[in-house]
This record gives sequence, structure tokens and C-alpha cells, in this order.
Amino acid sequence: MAGQQRVYRQRVRSTQSLKKMFRAQELIAASRIGRARDRMAAAAPYSRAITRAVSAVATHSDVTHPLLAERPGTTRVAVLVVAADRGMAGAYTASVIRETERLVTRLREEGKEAVLYVAGRRAESYFRFRKRELAASWTGESDSPSSELAEEIASTLLEAFDTPEADGGVGELHIVSTQFVNMVTQRPQIVRMLPLEVVEGVAPAGDHEALPLYEFEPDPEQVLDALLPRYVRTRIFACLLQAAASELAARQRAMHTATENAEDLIRTYTRLANQARQAEITQEISEIVSGADALAS
Amino acid sequence: MAQLEVDLVDTDGTIWSGEARQVSAPASDGEIGILAGHTPVLSVLRHGEVRVIEAGGAVHRWSVEGGFLSVDGDQVTVVVDAAEAVAAGTSGR
Repeated sequence: MAGQQRVYRQRVRSTQSLKKMFRAQELIAASRIGRARDRMAAAAPYSRAITRAVSAVATHSDVTHPLLAERPGTTRVAVLVVAADRGMAGAYTASVIRETERLVTRLREEGKEAVLYVAGRRAESYFRFRKRELAASWTGESDSPSSELAEEIASTLLEAFDTPEADGGVGELHIVSTQFVNMVTQRPQIVRMLPLEVVEGVAPAGDHEALPLYEFEPDPEQVLDALLPRYVRTRIFACLLQAAASELAARQRAMHTATENAEDLIRTYTRLANQARQAEITQEISEIVSGADALAS
Repeated sequence: MAQLEVDLVDTDGTIWSGEARQVSAPASDGEIGILAGHTPVLSVLRHGEVRVIEAGGAVHRWSVEGGFLSVDGDQVTVVVDAAEAVAAGTSGR
């Protein structure tokens, strides 16, 4: 009987230390998320400027560019998966992976082969464990991606897109990441990045002012040549920043729930321990009383 | 005299934003100087120095790593990959 009580007390103690850990994780995520959102906001002017410029070139000239052209006949498709480096973020990585698997299946049905590029250790270990081949992976910066990382990812992918298929090139690029809608909603999303579809979807909605008739220095082709890789990099960077903010928001929420669950458990176990103690006392009293009775009679 | 609205941005955010009298930047085939009323232009920049001269004569300089520049009305947007401030001075001009 006394053992029962001790077991409950032990559970209460271990749940208490878990709770402390969850609480700390929650606070860490909460303090970092502000910075992640600030970085998202800080990157906005650059991406707005570049989007505007790309739309301007695309509307005012009929230039074609390898990054804009469809590549019929290619069956290899690059898929960039953006997930977390660490767990404790609820379903964050799981839902990104689920979307990825769905996309890969869909591509296979269309007769295309998906080539995986992964950012984030959790997703990397998921695919490695299943012996899936990864073309490249980047880890270590999922909660505060640098623009250098975006540069590196973009140049790797652009290079793959530039290579002919026979040499391991790819014909399309899809990005699976998480869109940061607000603190409570983060949505996994799939974006087809390459070949670029500049006209639709790029022009910011509600922006109805006509773009001026630009002069291009030195000429439209070269301007486009300089702009498009930057545009791709900006989009990838934006995806990484959104994913970082989403990861932290998901972690904060998951850890908040975990803390509350720990509190519930502590309450339950404390009650059970008290009950066990009460039962023990009652039993001891009845033993003493019955012993005294036996002696008296 | 009309003023230019200048924004200098890089990937991590806005570096400088404000009104200026003149902007000069290293376009791909030579230095380009912009005053108010410039025709809309979209130009590639190479490595070099971007100068922004305010109405009061204060000069801001940055050494930049390439990017592009767009002029639209009196709105100038300089988008660069990386910028480093060069000690600011006052223009004698």
C-alpha cells in the first residue's frame, strides 16, 4: 500500500520537471517568434521591389528566358521541402511531409520523377530513414534562415534547372513549405516555382496602377537575366522566413498544450496519491483497533 | 525643386529611405545619375558605389555588390545584394 503512494509521488515529480521543460520551450519560442516576424516584415520591401520590376519587364517586353520557358519532355521534377530542424513543434513537420508525399504521388501518377531537396533536419532524417535519395539537404538554420542560405539553395536549384536532363537536370521546381497566416493558423502549401509564371499571381492583388513604360539599361534581356535569379532567391528566402515563423508559432502552441496537459496530470496524480495515503491511514487505524479489540476480549 | 523619393533595400530590409536631390549608381554600362523628372528606367547595377545626395547637400555613400535600380516618376528604388556604408560627407557641389 505504501508503495502505491510512493509511485504516485514519483510521477508527480517527474511530470513537474517535464512541465518546466515545456514551459521553457514555450517561452523560448514566444520570444523568438517576434524576431522571426520582424524579419519577415523586413524582407518585404525587397521582394516587393523585385516583384514589381519583374512584372514590369514581363508586361512591357516579349523577351523569353530559359527560366520562364516550359520544358516539355522532362520527367524529373525538383521538390524543395522546407521543414524544421527540431521537433516539439506539434504537427508542423509531419504536415509538411504529408503534403510532400501527396505531391510525390501525384507527380508519379503524371509519369514524373520527384528529386528531393530538403531543408530542415527532421525532414532529412525522415527521408534518410526510409532510404529515399536526397539530391541535397540543408540543416541548422530552420528557425532563423539567413539570406546566404537562401542564396545557396537558390543557386543549387537554378543550376539543376539549367542542366540538361540527361546530366541530372530537372524540368520543374515545386516548393513545399508552410505559409504563416497568423499566430494560430499556419498552412502547408505547395508552390510551383519554376518555370516561373510571372504574369499571374505575381502582380500584387489590389495594385491596379499601371506600370510605367520603362527604359531598360542595357536591354530587356540582360535586365531579365539579372532579375529572375534574384526573384527566385527572394521567393525561396520568403518561403524560408515564413516557414521559420510558422515553426516557432507551431512550437509555442504545442508546448503550451503540453504544459497544460502536464498540469492536468500533476493534478490527477496528486489526487491519487492523497487517496492512497488516506486508504493507508484508514487501514492502519482499523488494524490497530482490531488488534486492541482482540487483546481486550 | 522636386525631390526624389529614394528607397535603398537589400534582402534583409530597408537600408535607407527618404527624400533626396540626386541619386547616382553604377549601371552596367557606366555611372547613371538621376534627378527629379527622370524617365522611368530599369537598370542592372554592377559592383560600385551608390551615392544619394540630399537637398541639404548631405551625401550618403554605399559600396554595393550589384543589383538593380528602378525609377518610376520620382520614386527611385535601388535594390542591392549587399551594401556597406562608406563614411558620409558633405558635397561641395
